Amino acid sequence: MSWGSELPAELLCRPTGLIALSGLDITYNAIHKSIWDAFCNNRRPDRVPLQFIVVQGDHEFPKCRTNKRQSYEWYIPKGILKTNWMRKHLNLVPAVVVIFFDLDWDEPLWKEKQMECATRVEIVRNALQGRGTKVSVVLIQKNAPLPPGEDVVAVERAASLCSLCDLSAKHLYVLPHTDHLVGYTIRLENAFYDLSQSYYHGEAKKVKAHRDFLNKTTHQLLFVRHQFKIAFYNELKQDTHTALKHYKQAYGHLLELRMHDTNLLEIKVNAGFINYKLCRMSFLHNAPLDGIAQFRKHIDFFKSKVGIAELAFEHSAWMSKQFQLFGDLFDEAIKLGLTAIQTQHPGFYYQQAANHSIARKQLCRGFCKPSLKTDETAYLEKMKALDFYGQRYWRPNHQSIDPPDPVKEKEGIAELQNMESRVDHSAIIIPQLNSAVAQFKKYKSPRMKRYLMVQMGEEYYHGKDYQRSLMLLCKVMWDYRGERWWPLLTSILVISLKCAYLTAKVQDYVSNCLELIGPYTKCAAEEKTRIQMNLLRVISNDAPEPEPGLDPACVEKAKVLWSSNSVEPCVFSIEMQSIVPLVECKAKFKADTVPADVEVEIEVFLRIKCPFPMRFYKLSVALNNQIYNQYCEIIDGHGISAASEMESRGGDLYLVPDKPKVFRFSFLPAQDDVGGKIEITDVTLELGTRTARCAQLHWMGPGGDAVIQVQTAQHLLPKKPIYSIEDTLNWDSVEAQGLVRVIPRASLLDVLIEHQQPCLQNEFYVCQLTIINKEDTAISDVRLSIETSESEEEDQTTHLCLDNAVFGGHIVSNISKVSMEELAPGEKSSKTLFIKCLQTGNRNIFIYINYMVEVHKKNQVIPCMCQKKEMFMLNCVEPFEVTVKVMSMKFEATEVVQVDEPFLAMPEIHCTSPWPVEIQDSSIKLTSYVVHTDTFQSQLQGVCLKKTECAAECISLKPLNSIHPTVSLGTYTLHWRRKRENSIAEEPFVSTVFPLPTVSLEQLPISVELRLPAYGSVKTLLPICYTIHNKTPYPQEIEVNVEASDSFMFAGNKQVHFRVLPRKAYNLMYNLFPLMPGHVLLPKMHLNMLRYPGTMDLIVQKSVPTHIFIKPMGKALEKAA
Amino acid sequence: MAVCVAVIAKENYPLYIKTIPTDNELKFYYTVHTSLDVVEEKVSVVGKNSNELRELYLGLLYPTEDYKVYGYVTNTKVKFVIVVESSNTTLRDNEIRSMFRKLHNSYVDMLSNPFYTPGEPITSKTFENIVLSMM
Repeated sequence: MSWGSELPAELLCRPTGLIALSGLDITYNAIHKSIWDAFCNNRRPDRVPLQFIVVQGDHEFPKCRTNKRQSYEWYIPKGILKTNWMRKHLNLVPAVVVIFFDLDWDEPLWKEKQMECATRVEIVRNALQGRGTKVSVVLIQKNAPLPPGEDVVAVERAASLCSLCDLSAKHLYVLPHTDHLVGYTIRLENAFYDLSQSYYHGEAKKVKAHRDFLNKTTHQLLFVRHQFKIAFYNELKQDTHTALKHYKQAYGHLLELRMHDTNLLEIKVNAGFINYKLCRMSFLHNAPLDGIAQFRKHIDFFKSKVGIAELAFEHSAWMSKQFQLFGDLFDEAIKLGLTAIQTQHPGFYYQQAANHSIARKQLCRGFCKPSLKTDETAYLEKMKALDFYGQRYWRPNHQSIDPPDPVKEKEGIAELQNMESRVDHSAIIIPQLNSAVAQFKKYKSPRMKRYLMVQMGEEYYHGKDYQRSLMLLCKVMWDYRGERWWPLLTSILVISLKCAYLTAKVQDYVSNCLELIGPYTKCAAEEKTRIQMNLLRVISNDAPEPEPGLDPACVEKAKVLWSSNSVEPCVFSIEMQSIVPLVECKAKFKADTVPADVEVEIEVFLRIKCPFPMRFYKLSVALNNQIYNQYCEIIDGHGISAASEMESRGGDLYLVPDKPKVFRFSFLPAQDDVGGKIEITDVTLELGTRTARCAQLHWMGPGGDAVIQVQTAQHLLPKKPIYSIEDTLNWDSVEAQGLVRVIPRASLLDVLIEHQQPCLQNEFYVCQLTIINKEDTAISDVRLSIETSESEEEDQTTHLCLDNAVFGGHIVSNISKVSMEELAPGEKSSKTLFIKCLQTGNRNIFIYINYMVEVHKKNQVIPCMCQKKEMFMLNCVEPFEVTVKVMSMKFEATEVVQVDEPFLAMPEIHCTSPWPVEIQDSSIKLTSYVVHTDTFQSQLQGVCLKKTECAAECISLKPLNSIHPTVSLGTYTLHWRRKRENSIAEEPFVSTVFPLPTVSLEQLPISVELRLPAYGSVKTLLPICYTIHNKTPYPQEIEVNVEASDSFMFAGNKQVHFRVLPRKAYNLMYNLFPLMPGHVLLPKMHLNMLRYPGTMDLIVQKSVPTHIFIKPMGKALEKAA
Repeated sequence: MAVCVAVIAKENYPLYIKTIPTDNELKFYYTVHTSLDVVEEKVSVVGKNSNELRELYLGLLYPTEDYKVYGYVTNTKVKFVIVVESSNTTLRDNEIRSMFRKLHNSYVDMLSNPFYTPGEPITSKTFENIVLSMM
């Protein structure tokens, strides 16, 4: 409540012109009420900044000094700024007084009313005697006004009213009470605003006029006061730029004042006021840098001006207030759109404010002793009675340099100190810190934010709010741990421990102890010892010794709390990974994978780092499958206080500092976990017994180092072994590993696969599988699965069948879980697998054998599921290539065949298989366009082909008449199998189908057939006959011409012309007499049809034989002999 | 001269802190720690356009009422922080720069010692003497 920490509300508000509304009866008159509401309710920001008050008609305004000073010559000012001045001009002295009066232009009692109005104006004028306040009159009228100039009566009466009231025409207004009240009000208010501005302008001018009378020696205070007043009037006038100029001058004059202990407070208070105005206006004018610079200048100037040493806290309070106000201004400006940066934002000012408040608190602790005789109300009265801001109530208006009355001075100081000692400083500091925290958070300064939170925590601690302090400190400690600032962490922990002690929070107390004793905190060794002893006491269900340096009253309270605490058992858990404790834990599985029939082994390494050994109560490891947890527990057999290392019933959890200890657990994996993982979810170390106090120290997963080592090049060097030669544990080499995969037990089966690669496309390829049981015991539930691909996608080109080779058109690409008989040890079992590959290429065949076997381990029979997996690659090739040739009856290759004329189809089979292939049969399937000329019988039956051998057969066919120009002939099928000397299994024959080619059809009007014997002999008659068929429905005329030949003599028509009837034949007979042996050319026959001249000859030449073989004459055998 | 000199590791934990008025050591620790906010911000802003070479000297980090805090970040992100009193007006930017250069040189000398494990607190006597000469 001292000057340093308070700012008057008049200073903080935005000054607005004051307009007094007189003659409004807002209580009983509804019209007046609505007018008043229109003026002052729902003022939107776009309306002119004015303040309205309602006054009675005979309201007394503050009296103006009647004796106007003409000279300041003998005047000695008593202070800088009067306490009531601002309030007076903001709320009491109006710029304009508006007299409202109900009067219509057509008022019947005009004269009387006019007089009444004039009287009211007069009364108001008298009340404002000596002031420049403007007076204006508003007539409230019921009727809407006529357009200007039309209402003659109104003009006349208005003039008379003005003259009667001694009012300028500009100061008379009419307010018609109609629907548009708000619109009229706004126009009126703008008019009042203009009036108020000219009033304040005049007032400022009046003050300025005093300047000439002042002199620098005696009136220094007035320089400041007058500039302040001018600035304030300008502010009321809403001219902030001029106001700023004058405030600056005021501030300049202020700094020129002589300063000594007696008036320093007054100067500082006023400097604070003016500085506030300056900064506020700089932000308002969007010149934040000016504001900041002004504030810096202000602070730098006054920082060292402490004043009376006994009242130094007052200076700190003032400094704190300055910073806080500036922070508020800055923050306000940011809310209105200013952007701040990380290194310049309100947070810094709030922080400084808090720092000064803390300094204030400390100074208060140093100087102020609370005394009993304090009378706050009396003090407040004394403060209120002061005429000037910043003066001492025991010597008001004191301005001389002479030292004041020492006794009074001493009394006054004592009373101020006494008042200060009653202030709750924490209530000031914490909100300031809170504001700063919010700002630093906003401007990306997490560490600063945390620091401030620590300060807050400390402040709560000093304010005896230990609960809050503890909570806040716990929140921030985490980050200091993460960043490894151990000295800072230690200092926070120490306070936190004190709070935990004072609130008797066992869990926090133990947790803090565990950290403080640990190796990372910077406590002295004896301090650690003391804390460890306390920890031991707490765990043994005793109260700890109080921390040093605590308030004795609080310690007494805490002792009560502790003793009541120890009645009930208390079990709590502490997450070890969120603190840096004295005990470290690393758990690991011995191997990455473990077969189903082998024990899982877990090693838990524990190490403590503290002054004295510690005994824990229980160690347990929790795994993801809870059934194992029973195997992973050690309970110490001794009490917590047993101090030696002895063998005991359960185990021994006595840990010696810096000597890591390992605890081992082992168990057999459960059947369900085979193929899965076993994971360490949690390691728990219990300190203390559950019947009293028990701290469960938890590590999530397998634990690890309390502080993760920084990665440096040295970590890349090979690790040292965990156990060195001297059998001491090498802690750093232990790596926590919390995961083990349980793999199925390794199978001892042997699988033999007999087969002969490569496989031939389409054949039933034989594989002989032999399973031999090499286990020690019989295997049961044996199941065989065969797959052609590991992926889900099925292979559609490979067909599998077991035992019997069957293919029903549906492809079976995997065989799953075929049961087989049980196998005794050493027993064998065989299966035949047939594989039919529909396409060539490589493929993998997977064979799985799943079975159950009983394993004997530790006098225990474990049923184990085993799997044997075998895989082989199969290469498939084509067995043979088939080409089918189409030939004419002369064995000449052709693509064109004649309707109804026979031709030949000749399949040729080239064997490409590395194995001999046995052909059982071949068959041909014709389309409806072709028929056999004779019955078909395969010529390949029983033929066996080896590699590169070739087989062919010849089939005579005849095309039928068809409308298609080309026809396909059909298919050719081979029935075959691989030929084996000693077949393991009877593999069936398979059919492979090959397509026959397509041929073009040709239709001829005639056909020529030559009948002749197979051979002739020299000088022996050789009759031949050409038969010409007419295939058309018309008679055909034909010319035949036979050339002479050297090889033959012949008889018959050499040149003939004849006619063949439709569908009939004509024979041309010749008797040849061969003259030469050998393969000789027959006499050439030329045929010409008159209907198709020149075209038929060539076609005929092709279709009839041209040569014949002539044997030489036989020789008599006798002659040769 | 300087009232506090600190070397901060890449991971932001202190490798070395020396303060001259040892009575209020903790306050300096906090000052140095909080200055890392500004250091991180400054370094991350430059990191965005990485093609231009970052200047190691970061300049004045932030002014407090009583102290000025200057920062310097090596290419391996080891931070140096120097705190001087605000009242000390004889130290200009250039002097601070040369102090940092000196500190950096002696840090490099110290790091070259094969018996020093990077990341461990600095205990070198030579380094300490250089630091003390700046205070």
